Amino acid sequence: MKPAPFVHHAPRSVDEAVAVLGEVGHDGKVLAGGQSLVPILNMRLASPGHLVDINQVAGLDTVVVDDATVRVGALVRHTGLERHEGAYAALPLLRQALAHVAHPVIRNRGTTVGSIAHADAAGEMPTILAMCDGVVEAVGPAGPREIPWADFFLGPLETSLAEDELATGVRFPRFARGTGTAFLERARRHGDYALAGVGAAVTVTGGVVSGVRLGFVSVTDVPSVLDLTDAYAGQEPSAVDWASSADAVADAVSPEDDIHATAAYRRMLAVELARLALTEAAGRAA
Amino acid sequence: MSEPVAEELLDVTITVNGVPHHARVPARRLLSDFLRHDLGLTGTHVGCEHGVCGACTVLVDDEPMRSCLMFAVTAQAHRITTVEGLGTIDAMRPVQRAFTECHGLQCGFCTPGFVTTITAYLEENPDPTAEEAREAISGNLCRCTGYQNIVKSVLRAAELRRKEANDQ
Ligand SMILES: Cc1cc2nc3c(=O)[nH]c(=O)nc-3n(C[C@H](O)[C@H](O)[C@H](O)COP(=O)(O)OP(=O)(O)OC[C@H]3O[C@@H](n4cnc5c(N)ncnc54)[C@H](O)[C@@H]3O)c2cc1C
Ligand code: FES
Ligand code: FES
Repeated sequence: MKPAPFVHHAPRSVDEAVAVLGEVGHDGKVLAGGQSLVPILNMRLASPGHLVDINQVAGLDTVVVDDATVRVGALVRHTGLERHEGAYAALPLLRQALAHVAHPVIRNRGTTVGSIAHADAAGEMPTILAMCDGVVEAVGPAGPREIPWADFFLGPLETSLAEDELATGVRFPRFARGTGTAFLERARRHGDYALAGVGAAVTVTGGVVSGVRLGFVSVTDVPSVLDLTDAYAGQEPSAVDWASSADAVADAVSPEDDIHATAAYRRMLAVELARLALTEAAGRAA
Repeated sequence: MSEPVAEELLDVTITVNGVPHHARVPARRLLSDFLRHDLGLTGTHVGCEHGVCGACTVLVDDEPMRSCLMFAVTAQAHRITTVEGLGTIDAMRPVQRAFTECHGLQCGFCTPGFVTTITAYLEENPDPTAEEAREAISGNLCRCTGYQNIVKSVLRAAELRRKEANDQ
């Protein structure tokens, strides 16, 4: 189980990386942390002729927090974002979810932007990008462009990024003041991909609920957001019975059977995790 | 599928256990194979080659990472530490001593990955609880021990490190 031969490119700048991607076209792949790509190469599920290794590209390894967003560069490792105190203070949901992305050793190398570009339906961070209404920043031969999450994720492992485009970063907008968040998941073994995962964000304004959002992992084809604001707006958070979200959640997910669990079990998990996550998020909202 | 490309050979220099090593390798050479085949450092074991088992874990700039998921050519930018760099039979470091004392291994296949992972972990969390120790090793698979003695080894290693620090 070794990769097929390839030509290794080590660009030093974004422009250089984009130029190489343009030259090699369909036969090229970006190599970031390699925590998804190298297993695929080792198993020969793919054998691109060219790898564009972006690990030496300057300027992609920063997290920038401002009043509105947390911006994460393409070379920020999951661990780097997880430990970033400014990012945690601005958007606790990031750390809450990152703790479930694989094991710490994988997070030391894998990048958050890489997992979003990989667009695995079982990945946590694509869903978090969706829950925050986030944006992918990309650079191609025609220059930079911004891709809202809903236009970015097309299907499992499929995005609207062109083969000659590099994702240079992503922006996670911060939730409104008064928002509490939680992220819960269940896996067969600690650190495995989730059987089902649910993120919740509950906003409370003036003592009553003013926003409710859920995001799902492993139970939808592409990251999707269920907005339940209309169902709960105006209610006192402590008086809400979050189990009443069950029907809406069961309708919103479309899990499949596989060797790990049946679709019915996954749907039940999603419903139960949504109740727990909403309760936890509401408890943190103020 | 496009035509296979010709094998490209690259000159790489990688610092392993403090010593720079030069070799001419194909771009597709995994760091794990570079260590084992090109350098003969067979302490790093290879179990699955897709990141799951943890046997190949080495320290990259002191942080544990999977050597089966990194190419040698990419590793040039970093300092690599393998299990051979973490002590010898005559001068074992606390984690290795703890594994011998607590019977933390049987066949030993998984052990190098545990030793590297735990060494890095204790740098950051010098005094873990049993539960934290269990969490710390959850990314490494062992087919023999049932993990109980590995958890004990983590706690004993922490103790030995503290003793060592006090003695200095
Ligand atoms: C044992 C194991 C368990 C795991 N468990 C989980 C889990 O529970 N949850 C989870 O979310 N992930 C999990 N992962 C995957 C991990 O999170 C990866 O880090 C992540 O999916 C990909 O990030 P990367 O930087 O390693 O990307 P790479 O592997 O380098 O690339 C992945 C794909 O994205 C493309 N790509 C990467 N960066 C860019 C970019 N900047 N621009 C354009 N394209 C790009 C690549 O071309 C490739 O197609 C696991 C991995 C392993 C090995
Ligand atoms: S051989 Fe690298 S994780 Fe199994
Ligand atoms: S001691 Fe045999 S696999 Fe762990």
